Amino acid sequence: MDTRAHLAALSTATGISGYEQAVRNLLRTVWEPLVDEIRSDPLGNLIALKRGTQTDEPRRAIMLAAHSDEIGLMVTGTKEGFVRFTTVGGIDLRTIVGQEVVVHGRRDLPGIIATRPPHVLSTKERSQAIPIKDLYVDVGLPAKEIKDWVRVGDLISMRVPFTELSGSFVAGKAFDDRTGIAALSVCLDTLQGLAHTWDVYCVATSQEEVGLRGALVSAYGLAPDIAIAVDVTFGAQQGVSERESVKMDGGPAIGLGQNVHPAVLAGLKKVAASYELKNQIEVIPGASGTDGWAIQVARDGVPTGLVSIPLRYMHTVVETVSICDVERTGRLLAWYAADLKDDVCCEMYALGDDQS
Amino acid sequence: MKTLIKSLVEAWGPSGYEGHVRTTLSGYLAGQVDEIRTDSMGNLIALKKGDGSGKRVMIASHMDEIGIAVTHVDAKGFLRFGPVGGVMPLTLVGNRVRFANGTIGVIGREDWLVERSLPTWKQVFVDVGATCAKDAPVGIGDMGAFDRAFCDLGKRLVSKAMDDRIACAIAAQAALTMDPGPNDVYFVFTVQEEVGTRGAMVSAFGIAPDVAVSVDVTPVGDTPEATPTSVVLGKGPAVKVKDSGMLAHPGVKDWMVRTAENTGIPYQLEVLVAGTTDAYSIQTSRAGVPAGCLSIPCRYVHTPSEMVDYQDVTLSVDLLSALLSNPITM
Amino acid sequence: MILQQLSDARGVSGHENDIRKVIYALAKPLADECRVDALGNLICLKRGSDASDGRKVMLAAHMDEIGLMVVGFNGDGTLQFEKVGGIDDRVLLAKRVLLGDKQVPGVIGFPPIHLIPRGQRSQAPDYEKMAIDIGANSAEEAKKRVDLGDYVSFDTHFEQLTSDGLRMAKGKAFDDRAGCAVLLSLLEGDYPFDLYAVFTTQEEVGLRGARVAAYSVAPDLAIVLEGTICDDLPNKRDESPVTRVGNGPAITFMDRSFIADKGLFETLVRTAKELGIPFQLKQAIAGGTDAGAIHLSREGVPAVTVAVPARSIHAPVGMISMQDLEYTVQLVQAALQRL
Repeated sequence: MDTRAHLAALSTATGISGYEQAVRNLLRTVWEPLVDEIRSDPLGNLIALKRGTQTDEPRRAIMLAAHSDEIGLMVTGTKEGFVRFTTVGGIDLRTIVGQEVVVHGRRDLPGIIATRPPHVLSTKERSQAIPIKDLYVDVGLPAKEIKDWVRVGDLISMRVPFTELSGSFVAGKAFDDRTGIAALSVCLDTLQGLAHTWDVYCVATSQEEVGLRGALVSAYGLAPDIAIAVDVTFGAQQGVSERESVKMDGGPAIGLGQNVHPAVLAGLKKVAASYELKNQIEVIPGASGTDGWAIQVARDGVPTGLVSIPLRYMHTVVETVSICDVERTGRLLAWYAADLKDDVCCEMYALGDDQS
Repeated sequence: MKTLIKSLVEAWGPSGYEGHVRTTLSGYLAGQVDEIRTDSMGNLIALKKGDGSGKRVMIASHMDEIGIAVTHVDAKGFLRFGPVGGVMPLTLVGNRVRFANGTIGVIGREDWLVERSLPTWKQVFVDVGATCAKDAPVGIGDMGAFDRAFCDLGKRLVSKAMDDRIACAIAAQAALTMDPGPNDVYFVFTVQEEVGTRGAMVSAFGIAPDVAVSVDVTPVGDTPEATPTSVVLGKGPAVKVKDSGMLAHPGVKDWMVRTAENTGIPYQLEVLVAGTTDAYSIQTSRAGVPAGCLSIPCRYVHTPSEMVDYQDVTLSVDLLSALLSNPITM
Repeated sequence: MILQQLSDARGVSGHENDIRKVIYALAKPLADECRVDALGNLICLKRGSDASDGRKVMLAAHMDEIGLMVVGFNGDGTLQFEKVGGIDDRVLLAKRVLLGDKQVPGVIGFPPIHLIPRGQRSQAPDYEKMAIDIGANSAEEAKKRVDLGDYVSFDTHFEQLTSDGLRMAKGKAFDDRAGCAVLLSLLEGDYPFDLYAVFTTQEEVGLRGARVAAYSVAPDLAIVLEGTICDDLPNKRDESPVTRVGNGPAITFMDRSFIADKGLFETLVRTAKELGIPFQLKQAIAGGTDAGAIHLSREGVPAVTVAVPARSIHAPVGMISMQDLEYTVQLVQAALQRL
């Protein structure tokens, strides 16, 4: 699998929360040859199943989830030919000023997020972030024509190509969480050559950025025995303290905290060590801010783990990762899934035993 | 329809205490629907059966209104309270509240003659005319709702609790006007929406619908110097695309838009930045429910004088009726 | 004494192993079946004496306490930490703590007053600038004794302070080891219905254990047992103390997480009045409890919360009245017979 090319395709595809079809379609073609079944559910989750060799009922299943949606913008109206918008998901408005975008109206309209000339601005004005009421998208259309092409509710996506930096580093939009999706693809690819007892569900979840919504319902539907959420986490960068971040190119960050079942954590650590896979531990107190937080409390609870790809500049269009970390993550997931035996669940529910 | 609206908006029913509204609605729907029941949380569920060839649809409108709850009775008989739902401090001073036993109280604030800033919850109190704690006819845990009469301005209607009794009226009316068709339609009059869309969560689990539409009011951008939003009074019901809690299922949104266009009902598209509806809870019920929302444009939301356009209301009934009477394709 | 054992045991949200062991040992002889679920909840079933009574009653108390977690190592051998649950930064200064399963002792220090300019002495401290000192001199040395992610609890010991009247006791984690003590006492009784005594996890980080336990138990109704806010220190203003120590069990009519079921609420109040058990109403719409998660499970579960007032909650040491605790047991026990 050419991970770089796959990630590039995923990154440039448009799939804002609630409207992930293009990403789903792209993934279907890639995953179909690697799995036994593939379908999507009422909320837009793409669910792929690669069956294991087990014969006993009930079948044991692991759910691997990465979210297909990206943050973006949505049209709230037009004014004098310019487009007003609101955010879908958490966007720091300061990072989109001067950004190229596409307004997905009756047709795709390339545009830019307009800026005022610095020459006419006071020092005071320049010292503050531009509030959303003063931000507009300019698609170059005159006022009397724009309403023919753009309506309230139309989506606006960021227009930015995939960038190869030096070494293993690449940059692009939506690496949160298309890198996680790419890791699932690497996982499925790796599983082609591994024997595994358990069924493996790879789920490209929808609407994570607006409230972990796809994960909650897909976990309810699948009722897996174990789940791992695959997302990105803060990689070391300027302006972020060491205590808040993990090493770039340091391997997948295995989560530790309330969201993570100690037995799943132990299993991931054990597999990483036995394959001598570069990895790191990330302590996450409380809500993890990932699909794992929703999956863990589906139905009567799911033992959940969290594996994250170190990423710089999160929620901007220049998100940066090491492609090696993506591949390491994919392999870790495949090896962990293949390592699962029938009695894992019994070990997890033992009474009175220390489970760490 | 104005009689129904008046009886609903004037009914007393803060979150958790929707009994009077439930009684009014049950009475209105009795004999007009195939089944009617109340679940353990108090949601009123009225079923209009279809011929079995269509979908299982849930229509949710909430019965509860925002209010206050008494947390302390001081030595002089003044009551301290907290909000039930999203009550804005700006709407408190000088307003009246009514309690379940009919007691009326006036909301005052500390140091009224001097202090004119927005009060905090600690700085307000209710005066029921008592002179000491023993005299107070209400006590800790008692809930109050804003006390304001319905007012018919002709084209426009004003009342407290338009949010969301106007939608209850619309849903109830649609239940009567819709044609028996392919779909099993569950009209759910939910409880406790204002404190976290709670009634919708449990009723959706029980019904397990194929598709759901919540009906709720939405703020408009057509008053002086308002934050611009695309929705205004008088241009018809709004089909919600997004609010702060949910993104409407594209298939549901398109079905609503198509139906409006095919039946010639004027409609608006809505993107709401702050605020959500019962659809938020319903959408993530069980394994997921395609959900959308039909919004009634409303001015002064969460004040005791919410204003809607009567034609928007009747058009909403028409649209809802059309949506439910026909096969649903998403 | 049970409350002492429970209060001293350790179990910060997410790592309730120790307290679960203690509770299991006490609950096992009283229940028919016990099991642990995916979130670590301890679910104990005591079958009803009346086979024709098909009801399932869930009583819940949470095992977890607020605390800290080690998130990093400073070069000088001190440890960086994060808070677990809602902790006011100001209570952390100059406290003694225990780290990890090995209970490594540590202290949270602070710069000496001599070196702080007068103008800054009224500023609230920021926990991110604090560190735990275990006496190591380098990060390498610290890593030998403590791991990243180790859970940290306050080194506080239970003690009964007065032996008559309100019988006050001091200790940590009365929220919610007091509720656990009440629940264990209730498990001693006999009931016509099936009783599920659920000792939940991760309440302090989002009512997480209760949510999944309620789904699997699917009870007909639930009563949550808590240690709750008590703000009865001297106050110039005539305002709500939320609860008062010595006024008996506090019944919640509403908090941020739920509105109590009217039927259950009234049963509790009526039972207290008829039997002359002192009680109070929780005078605030503040906080949330496991009832918030349980009442929204599946098609809804009527629920109510009854709590023992706990002074200085969510701090290293708090105060409780053993008399209030005993009245809480009495009230709920009697109410259970009137369901």
